[in-house]
Amino acid sequence: MSNNPNKEVWVFIEHHHRQIHEVSFELLGKAKELSRTLNSRAAALLLGSDTKDLINEVKKYGADAVYVVDAPELETYRTLPYAKAACHVIRSHNPEIVLLGATHVGRDLAPRIASALGTGLTADCTDLKIEDYTFHDVNYEKILYQIRPAFGGNIIATIVNPEHRPQMATVRDGVMPIPEPQNKNNGIEVIPHAVTFDDSDMAVEIIKQELEPKDIDLKAAPVIVAGGYGVGSKENFKLVNQLAEALGAEVGGSRAAVDAGFVEKERQIGQTGTTVRPKLYVAVGISGAVQHTAGMKDSSKIIAINSDPDAPIFKVAHYGIVGDLNEVLPKLIDHFKKHDS
Amino acid sequence: MALKIVVLVKQVPDTKRIIADAMKEDGTVNRQALPAIFNPEDLNALELALSIKDQRAAELSVLTMGPPAAASVLRDTLFRGADRVFLITDRKFAGADTLATSYTLMKTIEKICPDFDLIVCGRQAIDGDTAQVGPQIAEKLKVPQVSYVEAIENIEDGHLIVKRMIQNGAEWVRSRMPALLTVVDSANTPRPPKAKLIMKYKYASCELELDELIGKFPEFKDKDELRQYLVQKDLYIPVITADDLDIDPERIGMNGSPTKVKKIDRVVLAGGALKLFENTDQSLQEMIHELVEDYIIS
Repeated sequence: MSNNPNKEVWVFIEHHHRQIHEVSFELLGKAKELSRTLNSRAAALLLGSDTKDLINEVKKYGADAVYVVDAPELETYRTLPYAKAACHVIRSHNPEIVLLGATHVGRDLAPRIASALGTGLTADCTDLKIEDYTFHDVNYEKILYQIRPAFGGNIIATIVNPEHRPQMATVRDGVMPIPEPQNKNNGIEVIPHAVTFDDSDMAVEIIKQELEPKDIDLKAAPVIVAGGYGVGSKENFKLVNQLAEALGAEVGGSRAAVDAGFVEKERQIGQTGTTVRPKLYVAVGISGAVQHTAGMKDSSKIIAINSDPDAPIFKVAHYGIVGDLNEVLPKLIDHFKKHDS
Repeated sequence: MALKIVVLVKQVPDTKRIIADAMKEDGTVNRQALPAIFNPEDLNALELALSIKDQRAAELSVLTMGPPAAASVLRDTLFRGADRVFLITDRKFAGADTLATSYTLMKTIEKICPDFDLIVCGRQAIDGDTAQVGPQIAEKLKVPQVSYVEAIENIEDGHLIVKRMIQNGAEWVRSRMPALLTVVDSANTPRPPKAKLIMKYKYASCELELDELIGKFPEFKDKDELRQYLVQKDLYIPVITADDLDIDPERIGMNGSPTKVKKIDRVVLAGGALKLFENTDQSLQEMIHELVEDYIIS
């Protein structure tokens, strides 16, 4: 067990094209909360190139310190140089906890780091808290409880790593609230680190990236309103669009709605379309066939609106409204608009 | 020279078919009650490796770690075109988390195929969904990893060009070999087993299965004769135990696992969690209020 007087809680800051991923802000909020319980600090681990504006951004979200490695090799995420830089800084300061988003990047980087450090790692957590833990009559104080679904979401497991440091976890995006950004920058310490890279760190080079056009970005949409065959007509689908507009949401559709021509193919959600996991998913006139639910069941909150009270969609929904969408939607649009203003 | 490819596969409980009585009283999963299947993305990994072998000289070595029954996924890989298979099994490996698992697999790869060009595995297994073991093996072998692989576009001069999924799109990378790839389900459609290979390998067995197999071969008077026959016919699946590997006992199984499961809770079925709201102004307002309280909307 390493002696660790500071017990800092670190968050790896993920960024793409000079934009910080929302999950990093969500985690900074959580890190702040955890660090209070530990009487320590919340810190950001920022790896990148020309990081000044990113540091300023991070400062707004509650970090007490920012550890920075600034190098041209870190411009775009690549496993090897990022893992090397992260391990270097972690080894220099021995944080108590290191958190990463359970994104493509976080799930690629975290295991590489954890393996190099010989510590434990829990993937895809949906909740984190600090509590004491007793194992074989040994009491461990203030241990990170890493809570995650397992077995295809059929069980929830609480995982602990009592003896190795740091305690590492990746956390799903969208499950923790983003803290309110603050504009005062006082008292935030910036701690730069220099890391040298060698030829072996450059074993993988990026040739090109192709990003899907941003105008339909179902995967990144925090709120999605989707319509199904039950919407009835292209004309009726306008109500779905209006509800989406009121919520600032992206519009989606089930395969049946796409096949019926109510909505474009690019907006199809489900096994044969896009898999989404927004914070809020509103399913309108969608019966809830597995084909569809497989692509949206992990949404944080699902509202189902359907005239059939026995529709399977209510099995995966958290909130249900049974009724004719021509009556429900106008009312709902109205209330969301009122709430917004 | 033939490309040496190691494919890592896992037998997993079919988590999509968990039903209520597949959970034990204490809320833990009753693995016995669940059908054991070939982890889906490992089939995509195998297919990727086989498609390389379709194009060029390659030797596919398949490894699995698990109980003796996991030999059945190895047979499945033989039916589809694998060249060599190995079962890693030992009670000492039980209770391993991803760190201890990756250590054991790394040590096995060093033993059976130290001069590998590629290691290919599924992105994640459906029982744990961690996606950790692949990258952890790559780190331990000090080779680059490319995760979320959808296609290999080219292999030449000790490099490969790979298309991988990233958030909101795709990325093409050029990686040195040896390297480790983790493969996603959108990469390909796994080929079915070949009838000819099923005929050839249906009796392929490991030592731990001989007691059962001998019933099917009355012509052999004991296990020794049966084993001799299997070895001759290239049907004897080698078993690798802790004693066969140059390992630190503190780094395998439960001892080598930093993470412990504190507790397991049953998930209350989503159906039971459904909260109905009336189609009235008051009720809808209440729902919006709850969404705000839960940080779902602001």
